Amino acid sequence: MDLVLVLVIQVLFAMASLALISVGLAVIFGMMRVINLAHGEFLMLGGYSAIVANQHGVNLWIAMLVVAPIVVGAIGVLVERTLIRFLYGRMIDTMLATWGLSLFLIGLVTGIFGNTTVGISAPLGGMAIGNYRTSIYGLVVIAITVVLLVAIYLVLRHTRLGLFARGTMQNPNMAAALGLSPPRVYAVTFGVGAALSGLAGALIAPISGVFPTIGIAYIAKAFITVIGGGAAILSGTVTAAALFGAIQEVATYFTTPVFGVVITLAAAIVLIRLLPQGITGRFLKRWL
Amino acid sequence: MKIARRKLLQTSAATAAAFSASAVLSSRGRAADPIKVASIHDLSGGLDIYGKPMVDALTLAVEETNAAGGLIGRQIKLISYDPQSNMQLYTQYAQDAALKEKVAVVHGGITSASREVIRPVLDRFKTLYFYNTQYEGGVCDRNQFDTGVTPAQTVQKLVPYSMKKWGKKVYIVAADYNYGQITSEWVKKYVKENGGETLATEFFPLDVTNFGPSIAKIQAAGPDFVWSALVGGAHISFYRQWAAAGMNKKIPMASTTFAVGNEHIVLSPDECNGMLICYNYFQDLKNPQNTAFVERFHKRFGADYPNITELAMGTWQGFQLWAEAVKKAGSIDRMKVIEALETPIGIDAPSGKVTIDPQTHHCILDVHIAEVRDKKLNVLEDFSQQPPADTAAVCNLKKNPNDKKQYVIKA
Repeated sequence: MDLVLVLVIQVLFAMASLALISVGLAVIFGMMRVINLAHGEFLMLGGYSAIVANQHGVNLWIAMLVVAPIVVGAIGVLVERTLIRFLYGRMIDTMLATWGLSLFLIGLVTGIFGNTTVGISAPLGGMAIGNYRTSIYGLVVIAITVVLLVAIYLVLRHTRLGLFARGTMQNPNMAAALGLSPPRVYAVTFGVGAALSGLAGALIAPISGVFPTIGIAYIAKAFITVIGGGAAILSGTVTAAALFGAIQEVATYFTTPVFGVVITLAAAIVLIRLLPQGITGRFLKRWL
Repeated sequence: MKIARRKLLQTSAATAAAFSASAVLSSRGRAADPIKVASIHDLSGGLDIYGKPMVDALTLAVEETNAAGGLIGRQIKLISYDPQSNMQLYTQYAQDAALKEKVAVVHGGITSASREVIRPVLDRFKTLYFYNTQYEGGVCDRNQFDTGVTPAQTVQKLVPYSMKKWGKKVYIVAADYNYGQITSEWVKKYVKENGGETLATEFFPLDVTNFGPSIAKIQAAGPDFVWSALVGGAHISFYRQWAAAGMNKKIPMASTTFAVGNEHIVLSPDECNGMLICYNYFQDLKNPQNTAFVERFHKRFGADYPNITELAMGTWQGFQLWAEAVKKAGSIDRMKVIEALETPIGIDAPSGKVTIDPQTHHCILDVHIAEVRDKKLNVLEDFSQQPPADTAAVCNLKKNPNDKKQYVIKA
C-alpha cells in the first residue's frame, strides 16, 4: 500500500515535470508558431540563473521562483527583438535560427561557467511513507505546477492581456486595426514563454543538476508533449503531459528505463497517427 | 576554468613562438625536429568532464619533459584533437594523426566505443596507441597499451569489502552501454563468489535524468547496498534524487565510476558522504611524490583546479611509460618502442609503482579503497601491485603477438 502511494506520487511528479518543461514551449511554439529549438537552452539558462543567484546569497525560493523567470524572460525579449521578429510566418526559418541560437547559448554558457555539472541540493529533505521514502521537494514541484497552470488559465481567459495575446495570434492585422501593436504583443508573449521555461529550468535544477548541454535531455520530451497535445495550448499540454508522464512512469517501473522511453515514444507515435492534430485537435476543441 | 584556458592559450602561443624560433636556428639538420604526440580526447560534448583533466595532465607531462631537455635530444610537440564526443570525428582524427601528422604515438579515447573506433585505424596505419582510461578489460592488441585499471583490479577488491561492511544483498544500477553492461557482469560474479546475492540490475541510457521509479523499485527490493556504475553529467541526478528522498541515510552505496567525473565535488557532502570507491589514484593520496605532483599541477593550472582525477593520472602515467620506453630504445620507431615497453618498463608514479605487463600490455599497479567524506577521498585500505588478472585469463601477446581483438570475458 505504501509502495502504491509512493508510485502515485512519482506518477504525479512525472506528469507535473513534463507539463512544467513543456508549457513555455506551448506558448512559443503552440501559440506563436515559432519552432523554438533553443527551448532546452532556455531551461538550462533558468537553472543557471537560479543557481548563480543562490550562490550570491539570494534565498533559494526567490532565486527559483522570481530571479530565474525574470532573467530568462528578459533574454527571451532580447532574442525576439534581435532574431525572431524577422521570421514570423516562416516556420522552417525559425527552426534554423533557433538551432543556431541553441548552439550559441551552449557555447556561451560553457565559456562562462565551464562544462562541469553544477547544482544545489534539493531543499526540504525526504519523508517517510510507511517503509518507503520520497522527497518532499517533489510534492512542492507538483503543487507549484498546479498553481502555475491555473494562473496561466486565468491570465489567458480573464485578463485583457490574455485577450490581446490570443487575438493578436489569431489575426494580427485585425488586432492592429483595433489599435493594438502586434510587434509589442509578440515580444511580450515570447518573453512570457521564455520566462515560463526559465522557471521550469530553475525548479528542475535541484533534482537534476545543470550543465551547458542539459537542454538536449529535455527538448524532445517537450516537443512530443506539445505536438501530442495539439492546438489548445493549456489543455493540450496538460492532457499530453498527464498521458505521457503516466505511461513513462508506469512502464519504467514495470520494465526498465530503456523500455520506459521506448514505450512512451511508441505511444506518442500511435497517438499522432490516430490524432494527427494532437489530442485537442479532436477533443476539448473549444478549450484554451 | 577560464583562467586555465587563457593560460593554455598563452602557453601554446609561447610554445609556437619557441618552435618557429628553433626552426630558424636549427636549419642545419632535421634531427632536431620535434617528436609529435597526438591527444584525442573529448573537450566538448557530453564526455568533456572526463576529457579535460586528461588533456591537462598530458599537457603538463609534455611541458615538463620539454623543460627537462626533451626526449632523445628532441622536443615534443603535442597535437590535441577535440572529437566532441562524436565517433565519426574520432576516426577522422585518428587518420589525421597517423597519416598527415605521422605522430609517434596517440594517447586517446575515453569510452570503450571510442577506443574500438580508433584501434583498427591505428593498427592499419602502424601507429602506436595508448588507451589510458579505466575500462571493462579484455583488449588484446600488440599495438596498444592500456594503462587504466580493469575490473579484476578494482571491482574484485571493492565487492568483498562492501559486503563485509554492509551485507550480502546487492542492487546494481549502471549506464546502458558497453562499460556498464560488462562491469555489472563482473560485480555479479564477485558478489556470487563471496556468497552474496544480486537482487536486480538496472541500466539507464546516458541522458536519463528522472530516477524516481527506479528509486521506488530499489526500496521495494530492499538491498543491503547499491552498486553504481552510472556515467556522465545526466546520471549525477541519480545521487541527488537518492539523497533528496533521504535514501542515502538508509541504504549505502559503492561504485567504481563515482568521483571519476568529479561527482564528489559537484554534489554536497551530505549527498554523498560515506560512499565507497576503488581506484588506482586519488588526489588525496599521501606520499611525497604525489604531494609534489599536485603542487606542480596546481601551479600550472591554477590553485582552484577542482580535482586531479584517476583518468588524468592514467594519462600522465601512459605518457611517462611511453617516454621511458623511447629513452630505452633510443628511437621513436614503433616496433623498437613496443619491444622496450615489453622489457618491461616500469615507473614510480604518484599513484605508486606502475609496470607494463608484457603478456597483456596492461599495467600492474596499486589500487586503493576510499570513502567519500566532505569532498575528499579518504583512503581506507591499500592493495599493492595488482595484476590485470581478467585480461590475462584470455590474452597472451607473448604467445600470439598477432592477436587483435577485444575479448568479452565471461564473468
